[in-house]
Amino acid sequence: MRMVVALAAGLLFGAGLAWSGMADPMRVQGFLDLFGNWDPTLAFVMGGAIIPMAIAWIIKGRMSVPLAAPRFELPGTAKIDRPLAIGAILFGMGWGIAGLCPGPALADLAIAPLAVLPFVLAMFAGMVAHRFFPLK
Amino acid sequence: MMATFPNAMPVQGLAGGLLIGLAAAIMLLGLGRIAGVSGLAARATCITDAGAPRDVAIAFVLGLPLGAWLIALLTGGIEATFPSTIWPLAIGGLLVGYGTRLGSGCTSGHGVCGLSRLSPRSMVATALFMASGFITVGLLRAGGAL
Repeated sequence: MRMVVALAAGLLFGAGLAWSGMADPMRVQGFLDLFGNWDPTLAFVMGGAIIPMAIAWIIKGRMSVPLAAPRFELPGTAKIDRPLAIGAILFGMGWGIAGLCPGPALADLAIAPLAVLPFVLAMFAGMVAHRFFPLK
Repeated sequence: MMATFPNAMPVQGLAGGLLIGLAAAIMLLGLGRIAGVSGLAARATCITDAGAPRDVAIAFVLGLPLGAWLIALLTGGIEATFPSTIWPLAIGGLLVGYGTRLGSGCTSGHGVCGLSRLSPRSMVATALFMASGFITVGLLRAGGAL
């Protein structure tokens, strides 16, 4: 059951990425390109995604357990430390250089598999590198 | 109205965004988890032992290209223009992989799920990766790389 729910969520997520234009690295880079031909589409995507999710957080506050799992397992929200800051800055650099973040990169495996493959392989290599050499 | 932004797709952006938010809501209310793609991708590949059950992570990650493929099928094709050389993809990929693990999240986990939760941690992370992205692309433009 939990696999069906996760697959449905992933499928909707991937469909949303493709429909919204976020599977196009050029468009994402266009959003980050304030001094070029700025493309605000990504702001609409973020706004659109936050609306149902904000409602979901309100509903979650009235639930004691999720519908298809024994308990909520959510990360903390308070701790702001050096790894969070450095990680976010490094991620932003890579996001700008390639025009890709993890979701669109994986979705693009169905749209342009050969073109996105170097990014996906490098991304997993970066994740493995963090496992062995985590900055503190 | 959008004459000043010739490339903007506000309607598709909003519609696709709603689907993304719905997907994240299903993960939260159905499975009690954050739909954070970087974390789920690391979990699906056994790069980390922390986080969602592995079958959940694998199912979600497989859904991403499946969903994109379905939209491409329904709309007759999705536009995606990539950097013309391998270097931006390789360097960008390494930074995205390392950075999202170190910073515990990406655009989905911190951006969509964290901001809507009003999580201070995610607000700081999102502000930093946005600023970093703007500055990086600004520098690429200044350097003539765009």
